[in-house]
Amino acid sequence: MSVRKPFEQSYYPPVPTKLTKLFRTNLVWQFFRFLVLNIRMLRMIRKH
Amino acid sequence: MARLLILGAGIAGQTAALHARNKLSSNHEVVVVSPNSKWNWIPSNIWVGTGYMKPEQVTFSLAPVYAKSNIIFHQAKAVSVHPAGDSKSSLSFVTIEYTLPEKLGQTEKITYDYLINATGPKLNFDATVGLGPDKNSLSVCTFTHAHDTSKALAGVIAKMKKGERQTLLIGTGHGNCTCQGAAFEYLFNVEFELRRQNVRDKAKIIWISNEFELGDFGIGGMFLKRGGYVTHSRIFTESLYTERGIEWITQAHVKEVLPGKTIYENLDGEEETITHDFAMLLPPFSGVGLKAYNKNSEDITSQLFAPNGFMLVDGDYAKKPYEEWIPGDWPKTYQSPKYKNIFAAGIAFAPPHAISKPMTNPNGIPIFPTPPRTGMPSGVMARQIAFNIADMIEGREAEPKRKASMANMGAACIASAGANFLKGTAVSMTMYPIIPDFKKYPDTGRDLNYTSGEIGLAGHWIKHFLHYAFLYKAKANPFWRIVPE
Ligand SMILES: Cc1cc2nc3c(=O)[nH]c(=O)nc-3n(C[C@H](O)[C@H](O)[C@H](O)COP(=O)(O)OP(=O)(O)OC[C@H]3O[C@@H](n4cnc5c(N)ncnc54)[C@H](O)[C@@H]3O)c2cc1C
Repeated sequence: MSVRKPFEQSYYPPVPTKLTKLFRTNLVWQFFRFLVLNIRMLRMIRKH
Repeated sequence: MARLLILGAGIAGQTAALHARNKLSSNHEVVVVSPNSKWNWIPSNIWVGTGYMKPEQVTFSLAPVYAKSNIIFHQAKAVSVHPAGDSKSSLSFVTIEYTLPEKLGQTEKITYDYLINATGPKLNFDATVGLGPDKNSLSVCTFTHAHDTSKALAGVIAKMKKGERQTLLIGTGHGNCTCQGAAFEYLFNVEFELRRQNVRDKAKIIWISNEFELGDFGIGGMFLKRGGYVTHSRIFTESLYTERGIEWITQAHVKEVLPGKTIYENLDGEEETITHDFAMLLPPFSGVGLKAYNKNSEDITSQLFAPNGFMLVDGDYAKKPYEEWIPGDWPKTYQSPKYKNIFAAGIAFAPPHAISKPMTNPNGIPIFPTPPRTGMPSGVMARQIAFNIADMIEGREAEPKRKASMANMGAACIASAGANFLKGTAVSMTMYPIIPDFKKYPDTGRDLNYTSGEIGLAGHWIKHFLHYAFLYKAKANPFWRIVPE
């Protein structure tokens, strides 16, 4: 989407690679992350 | 018989009411006073604001839920608190004014043994000239605001479909705003919607915020372990803005919104103007403006409430510089130091200070986020307050024993970045503790084992699931207690 131009604010931040973006919506990987995130949140809740 | 009076039926008030009712024997009364007939799952308002959800999907009528739960409900707004009664009686009471159409404007005194103030925020649009849906900008803070905003968004999308370029400004509408997370979610949901409708190339999207840097969110940002580095949330947030082609303006105090134009001052004290076709700018929050009176009807509001209208509780409110802030400043039981039978939960309690470092521009204008009190901590503190009050009413304890300091509490936050079951994403964040503790965690302020963030479709699934889970719980449906706060 963005076109990086020198010295503009969008020139410096890291941007995800195609593979990273693919994993963000890959159903198998995201199902696994769904489980991990739920466990992570449950650990947080158990700390209260 | 004892009476627990709860002001407000939002996330905190509803959580407190249901838990208190569950813990208290039936000879005690739980009474809720709230001006709206409907309960609103506010986090999903951002989806109403893009048209992904309808107002009916984020609300339900409160009266039937309270009727089945043996909770007395007055559709009214609290006006004043009288902790020592008045000249006629020493019983503590609250004056309410009905908003129920059949009793509109009528006032009544409701006595209480224990009081929980869970009135949330006043949306203080008046703090900025021209801000707000009645004036020149839009909001997603209530479901009606969000619904109107979705219509305005549909309008700019229609223009883009005709080939017109449009500029959308989204963010915070004052130097003291909180709730950057909500504006952030709306920003990315709008961007996603524009892509879905194939008009993204016609839109310039600009974020404006009072944060010092992106990724601050009013909590000073957070450090995360990622790719062999400990990195600040600023880097991840800038990455997301860059990836989605969104420009950003930070360190901004919006001072005036005109039709199609916003004027702001930055931390250097310079004034700038941006033109736009659509502006969704969140307002700053203050307390709802409850008054307090003593037995002689003298105004004692300043003894119960901070100048910003939020209720003073057991925090350390002594003014001190950022360098001297400690986690122990934050309240633990949310009990009023002056009146031991009064408590405040959720946004209604006065935070002792900000979390992000305060900054002021050369013209003396403070530009920094005030502390967020999101759904999870609001619910947790409301539950603990309800349990403490139930213990005291039932004679199990003489004083509140359970604590819920934001300095010892973690939070999980799912920020939607596009709503779709196959292509949507959300940023899933956890942090512990909410209030950074630089003594315990010198470099990062938080425990890196419990502080995390990632973006992906799984976050959207969780956000969507939580939408239904929290509505289910708030309706007091069977086994509601298994849904955590
Ligand atoms: C658009 C948006 C999106 C958000 N998204 C998230 C999110 O994704 N995750 C998250 O954790 N948090 C989110 N938040 C924050 C979350 O909504 C708040 O943390 C939460 O609502 C606070 O609960 P509360 O009960 O203190 O206040 P509220 O939920 O605002 O409830 C206040 C209640 O008090 C009532 N009231 C007002 N005045 C009076 C009066 N005078 N007398 C009696 N009652 C009164 C109101 O009608 C309401 O019922 C979001 C906020 C916004 C605005």
